[in-house]
Amino acid sequence: MPAYLKLDHISKTFRRGSSETEVLRDINLVINECEIVSIIGHSGCGKSTLLNLIAGLTPVTTGAVLLEDREVNAPGPERAVVFQNHSLLPWLTVYDNVALAVDKVFGSTKSRSERHAWILHNLDLVQMVHAKDKRPSEISGGMKQRVGIARALAIEPKILLLDEPFGALDALTRAHLQDSVMQIHATLKNTMIMITHDVDEAVLLSDRIVMMTNGPAATIGEVLTVGLERPRKRLELVADPDYIAARESVLRFLYERHSFVEAA
Amino acid sequence: MLRATLKKSDVTQWAARFGRTVAANTLPPLICAAILFLIWQIVFGRPGATLPSPLTVWREAQDLIIDPFFRNGPQDIGLGWRTLTSLQRVGIGFSFAAIVGIFIGAVIGQSIWAMRGLDPIFQILRTVPPLAWLPISLAAFRDSQPSAIFVIFITSIWPILINTAVGVRNIPQDYRNVAQVLRLNHFEFFWKIMLPSAAPYIFTGLRIGIGLAWLAIVAAEMLTGGVGIGFFIWDAWNSSRLPDIVVALFYIGIVGFVLDRIVGAVGSLITRGTSAS
Repeated sequence: MPAYLKLDHISKTFRRGSSETEVLRDINLVINECEIVSIIGHSGCGKSTLLNLIAGLTPVTTGAVLLEDREVNAPGPERAVVFQNHSLLPWLTVYDNVALAVDKVFGSTKSRSERHAWILHNLDLVQMVHAKDKRPSEISGGMKQRVGIARALAIEPKILLLDEPFGALDALTRAHLQDSVMQIHATLKNTMIMITHDVDEAVLLSDRIVMMTNGPAATIGEVLTVGLERPRKRLELVADPDYIAARESVLRFLYERHSFVEAA
Repeated sequence: MLRATLKKSDVTQWAARFGRTVAANTLPPLICAAILFLIWQIVFGRPGATLPSPLTVWREAQDLIIDPFFRNGPQDIGLGWRTLTSLQRVGIGFSFAAIVGIFIGAVIGQSIWAMRGLDPIFQILRTVPPLAWLPISLAAFRDSQPSAIFVIFITSIWPILINTAVGVRNIPQDYRNVAQVLRLNHFEFFWKIMLPSAAPYIFTGLRIGIGLAWLAIVAAEMLTGGVGIGFFIWDAWNSSRLPDIVVALFYIGIVGFVLDRIVGAVGSLITRGTSAS
């Protein structure tokens, strides 16, 4: 099977005046179609930088991001991003936020009524049709993140990039949204890369977990394959030996071998 | 029966609360105004005072106060008409200033080098008093009407331009990222992200701008002549009609207040929901 997304010897150095900071060094990763890959690491290790590199929002210093064997070096709708702080436009309603994306990407290929149906379909995927006429300030944090996911899904990206999508949510809402993501993945089979710092989230959702070493010059320390059957049920997994083993090995990586040395 | 009584008392309660709110907001300014008028009357009511007292103004300029829209001849018209003429000039000059100011401000806000290079120049130009522009614009246009409009334009453009630039610079990176992922072009970015996001800043600029424009028109009309309220004051001064000037001052103050409130209200209506949450 050919690589769907390939990160080929990527490194990133930030320059500010005469000082240089090497954030990422020699990142190599191949992601297959329909796969969910989590990237986990301590804060400051360059996880979000890596996601921005894949999204094309930040240029790579050396190396290349290849999507279906073609280099991508600028942002584009085939790599949709779900931002950590939802990034909905506050002056638009929930519907219009999704419509902005849909009209731009499908403006020439879908008719007006097709686009309308498509917007509602995507809001329905995240159970947000009921709030379609509300503005972002009128809905809860979890709902905003749902709309952010709907906006990203609606442009039918080849790959969905999630930047700590549930980091700012409370535990119950987070669990709810994780279930939604698993459901969406079961239906649409999207390829997803998710940045997270939550070990349970990584094990529950991912096919593989990419563990990053600490910065500066962070790189991939280890890649763990999570072989749990789908669909995965949160409650059944609690006592599942494979789940426990996967969780343990991530924890060991993060807290034994690469524990965070500086004061957090 | 019981319900009916309850409802009735609800209504009276509501009316009482509404009445209290209105009274709380209108009574203090009315009382203060009355006291100020009283002081004014006491100070300038004596015989031989240099300025007219409120009662003198009322006696001698009654026609101007009672009917703003009379027409007795080409030069003998109500202050309402004169105010409208001035407002028309302000409208034209201010509209140009708004369009040009928002556009240039948006361009400058997008470019850090344009901002660094032009901001000091604008900061200097914006402190030039409106009337200092008048000779130059008279020389350039050789006509009083476009000169007055140009003075309005050049006075009110700076706060609009500078505020728009700051608003554009403060567009959150998140919104820019969204635009980049969707590959919005410059035009779409301007209309769909930049204008709404910078709207609170832009309206602050517009509000300062309309205030300055109204300040400038009176001064400009004093020198260029014509029909406006500014020329009326100059004319009244030349024919020693001090009470008329006092009435005109009230007109100018009230119209300026109303203009400010209109721009403020339009701003809060349009920017409703713009603040990020």
